[in-house]
Amino acid sequence: MSDSPIAVEQHAEHGPELRHHFETAEQQRNAASLGMWIFLGTEIMFFGGMFCAYLIYRLNYFNEFAAGSRSLDVTLGTVNTMVLICSSLTVALGVRAAQMGKRTLLVILLLLTIVFGFAFLGIKGIEWYDKYKEHHIPGASFDASDLIRDYPQIHIDPSHEQLYFSLYFAMTGLHALHMIIGVGIFAFLTFHAWKGRYTPHYYTPIEIGGLYWHFVDIVWIYLFPLLYLIDRKPLG
Amino acid sequence: MATAAITAEREHYLNKEYGIRSWLLTTDHKRIALLYLMSITFFFFIGGFFALLIRLELLTPAGDLVQADTYNKLFTMHGMVMIFFFLIPSIPAVLGNFLVPIMIGAKDLAFPRINLLSWYLYIIAGVMMLHCIVTGGVDTGWTFYTPFSTAFSNTKVIEAGLAIFVAGFSSILTGLNFVVTIHRMRAPGMTWSRLPLFIWAHYATSIIQLLGTPVLAITLVLVVFERVFHLGIFDPTRGGDPLLFQHLFWFYSHPAVYIMILPSMGVVTEIIPCFSRKRIFGYHAVALSSIAIAVFGFLVWAHHMFVAGISLYSALIFSILSYLVAIPSAIKVFNWTATMYKGSITFSTPMLYAFGFIGLFTMGGLTGLFLSALGIDVHVTDTYFVVAHFHYIMVGGAVMGYLGGMHFWWPKISGRMYPEWLGKFAALIVFLGFNLTFFPQFVLGYLGMPRRYWQYPPEFQVLNVLSTAGSTILAVGYVLPMLYFLWSMRYGKIADDNPWGAAGLEWKTTSPPPTFNFEETPEVTWEAYNYDEIPAPVEVSLER
Amino acid sequence: MFDNFPLWPARASTGAGNVDALYIFLVLLASFMSLAIFAMIVIFALRYRRRRGVEAEQIEGSTALEITWSVIPLGIFMVIFAWGAVIYFHERTPPRGATEVYVVAKQWMWKLEHEEGQREINELHVPVGRDVKLIMTSQDVIHSFYIPAFRIKQDVLPGRYTTLWFRATKPGVYHLFCAEYCGTQHSGMIGQIVVLEPAQYEAWLSGGLATGSLASNGQNIFQQLGCPTCHRSDVQGRGPNLAGVFGKPVLLEDGRTVIADENYVRESILSPSAKVVSGFKPIMPVFQGLVSEEQLNALVAYVKSLSPPAGAAGAKSPETRE
Repeated sequence: MSDSPIAVEQHAEHGPELRHHFETAEQQRNAASLGMWIFLGTEIMFFGGMFCAYLIYRLNYFNEFAAGSRSLDVTLGTVNTMVLICSSLTVALGVRAAQMGKRTLLVILLLLTIVFGFAFLGIKGIEWYDKYKEHHIPGASFDASDLIRDYPQIHIDPSHEQLYFSLYFAMTGLHALHMIIGVGIFAFLTFHAWKGRYTPHYYTPIEIGGLYWHFVDIVWIYLFPLLYLIDRKPLG
Repeated sequence: MATAAITAEREHYLNKEYGIRSWLLTTDHKRIALLYLMSITFFFFIGGFFALLIRLELLTPAGDLVQADTYNKLFTMHGMVMIFFFLIPSIPAVLGNFLVPIMIGAKDLAFPRINLLSWYLYIIAGVMMLHCIVTGGVDTGWTFYTPFSTAFSNTKVIEAGLAIFVAGFSSILTGLNFVVTIHRMRAPGMTWSRLPLFIWAHYATSIIQLLGTPVLAITLVLVVFERVFHLGIFDPTRGGDPLLFQHLFWFYSHPAVYIMILPSMGVVTEIIPCFSRKRIFGYHAVALSSIAIAVFGFLVWAHHMFVAGISLYSALIFSILSYLVAIPSAIKVFNWTATMYKGSITFSTPMLYAFGFIGLFTMGGLTGLFLSALGIDVHVTDTYFVVAHFHYIMVGGAVMGYLGGMHFWWPKISGRMYPEWLGKFAALIVFLGFNLTFFPQFVLGYLGMPRRYWQYPPEFQVLNVLSTAGSTILAVGYVLPMLYFLWSMRYGKIADDNPWGAAGLEWKTTSPPPTFNFEETPEVTWEAYNYDEIPAPVEVSLER
Repeated sequence: MFDNFPLWPARASTGAGNVDALYIFLVLLASFMSLAIFAMIVIFALRYRRRRGVEAEQIEGSTALEITWSVIPLGIFMVIFAWGAVIYFHERTPPRGATEVYVVAKQWMWKLEHEEGQREINELHVPVGRDVKLIMTSQDVIHSFYIPAFRIKQDVLPGRYTTLWFRATKPGVYHLFCAEYCGTQHSGMIGQIVVLEPAQYEAWLSGGLATGSLASNGQNIFQQLGCPTCHRSDVQGRGPNLAGVFGKPVLLEDGRTVIADENYVRESILSPSAKVVSGFKPIMPVFQGLVSEEQLNALVAYVKSLSPPAGAAGAKSPETRE
């Protein structure tokens, strides 16, 4: 079938990126877009389980969660939030560059996105290292005595405090894993953009890669207040 | 005979390319369906082997065949293998993969490479599971309840959990592929109201797979973290809550049972109209009932927890919701029966499996009414009554639907007919063996025999012996189709394009279909199940 | 009934008959519905089997029928729901004045302690005709206390109490099973419920070693652990006076009001800062890890004994928190 004369004619009418089980490029584009949106829906359910656990334990152990939250560096967290928001900007501008066929600009913006991604991961690494130094990593060496000392006006149960940090590491860890995957995806996109694969007629991978990146960004926008900004006023 | 001649003349998806690479690197949904067929059949027999060992142990009240720990691993791994490596993939990954694109007039699924990735993820998960089994196994029950699974079990919980996690992603990607395909790849004229109900059933199934499986995934991740890092998320000695695990687990695992049954309902909805020569009674009711089951299925999970320590008010709410989810299933049973009214009925093997499905699914579903009744559930939960209930639906329902579908579409998949008399014989064996195995378990459960018991009081023995006897008959019934399907690939009668005179786009292409399914993209101008326009085949039961 | 081929266990409690009544109704309903469907399939299959020259009649459907066979089953289901709910409500509401027995489950045995101090392993002696309430917890994993003859079952959890109640009606020996998979000897974690005539029960009670009642044991532990230092009964100490507290509402520091039930007392010992009483500081030491389950049961029994009997314990029956 792919060698018959009719097929050759059809090849001439569309670009090489059209996969043959699709009738038109538009169908392919719509399918890719719907597929990514649905995948992001499954990601919401995936993170959702942990948000659910977080919700329940925060309601039950508010004091410990508040104390744990205050031990996080809100400056670094805010910087990271700005980093991610900027990265979403570079992604959105990148999609536009692709739409306009501006290859160099696209490559630059994709590279900037990756840089922002690494910046985020680097800062997160610093934060985790700080937690390590403060013995706040759950497990055998977990020690909440510094928090107990700092907040004498509330009673902190170490096991509940450990729950807060368990969820902190699980949630930020899962998010970081998604960031790493995102950086990988964008490395792939940058390489192919540099090779000139994306044109105003075909930039679907940039678009759906961008969707994924925006999603990871939005997860952080939820994580930041939930983890860093619990009860940031003098504890009563 | 004409065997060699015919296959040499025409190119189709099986003979287009030969060699192992052409199979392992295929993106053809039909070949991927066959890859899945081989894999799930393999796991079915592994899970079935564990079941036979369980039944053998239960022949006598004492624990005298295997040790207690071994028995606990047997029922755990029987459950895990059967649910995650057989039932959840079965119809969608085999029949769904093969038929969804053809039924809607497409050349393939929306994402063929992701389809292949799904299979590889399944295989990786399967290898992990097999490794877990042969290096010691896991004994937590397929339900992984904490804190036993996180802090007490000394078996390979982490490996089993990760294997199921990977299998879950296979399932999610299949669901994603189906939803996008059904939305975006329908042929011209194939409106939503003209879709075969098999497609509606797979659409509903895919919604559940997409929304539910990720929750299981994160729950298993948390269990693994807890075991590795000694966190306390589900451990009360460290501030956690074992009931949180149960809620998160059942939030997926209840809808999962609808993943397992909806596709076979879709199969039955194709078989009955064909062998009654009538369009389905109540097309829209049946389509909507599939969606309703998917939606309501997400609202009832805590009916697995009535005695777990939830509040009285929660129990009342989940009980009443559980009755609501029974209504759409009842609607389907009534519509299938009504389809037969004033039909023109033939008793082919697929039709026999469909009858078996309706009977056994009805019985299993009715016993769900018992379990949804709070006062009854307190007595029968965690007993053999529940075991009987879900096996009636999973085995009497889903597996019979699967076998019925395999027989119905075998000519299309392989280009061959299976021996009809053997098909009918095996169907009967399965039906009889099944009932003898599982009906006594309802009685056992009400008498008080708990589940997951390696040894039991002597007064329960007679019923256990009956059940074990049935299981050996059932095993024969399952081995037979595997043997004659294999036989038919070489010696079976060559099949026509439409041996059953069935409606549906898959029957308008050749048996087996060409790689891109149709010579020309079809344009649909007729309604589904247009049996008034399709002549019945002269001879439906084609003997060898 | 059906001595040789029993279809249900002995009925030995006040609740058993109610459960069986609903069960029998459901069996009849399910049998009727199954037979009706089977019969229709068989009749249609035979009556409408394929015959030369006879075509099938294409019928689209019938909205009226769809509604009918949705609404009627729904109505029947609501009746079943209500019936089951009533039984369940009754099962989860222990009557006032029930005799209490504390149960501690562990892999793989049941440890029981009567109010009077009598201890049992894997066996529970009870008199006919008396309301018995079991207050249960686990030392390790989730178990489940199941008495088929009484048609009752309740999961037993680590870290909190769950309750179960019954009134036995027939002397005899009945199965006790663990019904939540708990490891290697799950199927060995079985025992018996021994129901005795009241006179025999009294004889059994007085026949055992006198170890003192559960509450008096609790008082000893209370003193050994130094609790009276803060929980004084004469003047207001650093902790609340515990007399008359059990079963009554308590106002907490954060404004919530909770009922002082078994779970509340247990939590206050193990994790005191969780619910601090209004007007007091969170200075009570944590006893998690310093007291065993049996000692906790005794302490709970002691605190209960400081309140008027029968009025508080069963009245609202504040059941297990979700």
